[in-house]
Amino acid sequence: MGEREGVGRLLPWISSPILLLLFLGVWQFAVSVVGVSEFILPAPVKVGESLVGMLDDPATWAHVRVTLFEVLLGFAIALLVGTALGAVLGRMVWLERAVQPAMVAFQVVPKVALVPIFVIWFGFGMTSKIVMAVILAFFPIMLNVLLGVRSVDRGHRDVMRGLGASRWATFRDLELPSTLPYIFAGAEVGIVFAVIGAIVGEFLGGSEGLGYLVVSSLNSLDAPTLFAVIVILAVLGSLLYLAVTTAKRLVIPWHDSVAKQ
Amino acid sequence: MEMTQKTTVQDGTGDAAAPRGELPDAQAVADSSRPELGSVELELAGVNKVYQARRGRVEALRDVNLSIRRGEFVSLVGRSGCGKTTLLRILSGLLPPSSGSVTANGQSIWRGASRNDEALKQVGLVFQEANLFPWFTIAENIGLPLKLRGVDRKARAERAEELCDLVGLRGFEGAYPRELSGGMRQRAAIARALSARPSILLMDEPFGALDALTRDKMNLELQSIHAATGATVVFVTHSISEAVFLADRVVLLTPRPGRIRSVTSVSLDRPRSADTEASAEFQQIVRGLRVELDEES
Repeated sequence: MGEREGVGRLLPWISSPILLLLFLGVWQFAVSVVGVSEFILPAPVKVGESLVGMLDDPATWAHVRVTLFEVLLGFAIALLVGTALGAVLGRMVWLERAVQPAMVAFQVVPKVALVPIFVIWFGFGMTSKIVMAVILAFFPIMLNVLLGVRSVDRGHRDVMRGLGASRWATFRDLELPSTLPYIFAGAEVGIVFAVIGAIVGEFLGGSEGLGYLVVSSLNSLDAPTLFAVIVILAVLGSLLYLAVTTAKRLVIPWHDSVAKQ
Repeated sequence: MEMTQKTTVQDGTGDAAAPRGELPDAQAVADSSRPELGSVELELAGVNKVYQARRGRVEALRDVNLSIRRGEFVSLVGRSGCGKTTLLRILSGLLPPSSGSVTANGQSIWRGASRNDEALKQVGLVFQEANLFPWFTIAENIGLPLKLRGVDRKARAERAEELCDLVGLRGFEGAYPRELSGGMRQRAAIARALSARPSILLMDEPFGALDALTRDKMNLELQSIHAATGATVVFVTHSISEAVFLADRVVLLTPRPGRIRSVTSVSLDRPRSADTEASAEFQQIVRGLRVELDEES
């Protein structure tokens, strides 16, 4: 059983490179054998060259920094506001009931459509992108925290009440730790949404960031650069997600979602 | 071997008092005091509990009177809905009584509908579920009552270690609850209840969720924990044999409204073992209680 578990743990490390190679193989096959146009699908090697060239260029890193800043600040604000509001609404059932229709209405609006409004309000700079990142990341975080606050185990509450615990002690030893897994569940979705928010914001207005780079390489019909930017975005998104799950492992090592992996 | 008394007591205090004459087949006989037991530790007088349910009033408890002496082990048995858990929650400070008084060593547990935290410091609680906090290690869980009282970390760790020895969890201090079996979790819950050295231990079907074999083992261990700590124990169960096996007195409750039907003294020798359960006296007491329980249905 121990051996099988060991193999199970290693499996993703073996399968992922194989899948990546397979992906690159099919890609190369499509270009060189099927003969898809280079304008539509540049060869992996071309994209690789373009990527290396870009990584050498300090201008690329400036764009990365801009996007990273927008994502991180947007995510941080969403985490703070989402957690606070989720905790308040989770405690006050009547308030949640009062604002729920408004929340649902706001949630079903395709928020990407709001970007032009934010551009009008906040300009073409970073602010409009940060606002977009906040708005996209905020909902999953808030809803998870709301659920978390409501899901504090009744038996656990009885324990604290039986011990005559103060409000502060109940928060510190019971409510906060039992809500943390929900905060992290929200954060895992939130960080992905924050990236989407920032990129979409950059698509529609502005002159910096990776989203802008995507649009500008599209406008100059530079397919290899376009693909290379997408690779950078994929890596950036993965690293941010990894950072959140690593934080989760460190903060709530006791939780099932961490322990069972 | 000691004589076993089966006594039906009407007023439920277990002491000589005027019979209330509500029950049909009661013979008002005073309960015999066990000399080695101490003074009255826990006292319920005229406790009533009425719920306001959707379909009118539900009388969960009516006029419950009971005196429990220091070091005594009392089992509360009855069918579901007889109010035994309600009674224990009132004793625990989790549910206020509608009327009546509950005192622990002379201190009122309830002041109207608000709990008296000072009086409840003498009380430790064990629930049907272990209710351990998954984010705390076993030692941290056991030390929680001390943490809430401002005891420093080192003293808490020492006490947890001591209790792990007592309940058979040595070596598991640093483990998380999910790494333990159900029986071990319940041991940890008992250790947590004992950590602030309460003189009264209240247990609500603590082994109800365990398998039969583990349960038998836990009963034996609870007996030795009781002997080692000298705590007064109130133990809720729906198993008559479990109640008789553990208790000095078995309080039988009947539903609608929940009230005490009889109090039976069990003076089987201690420590009790599997042999005790095989003895004729044990079985006679169990049979007697079962008959009583059947009569009311």
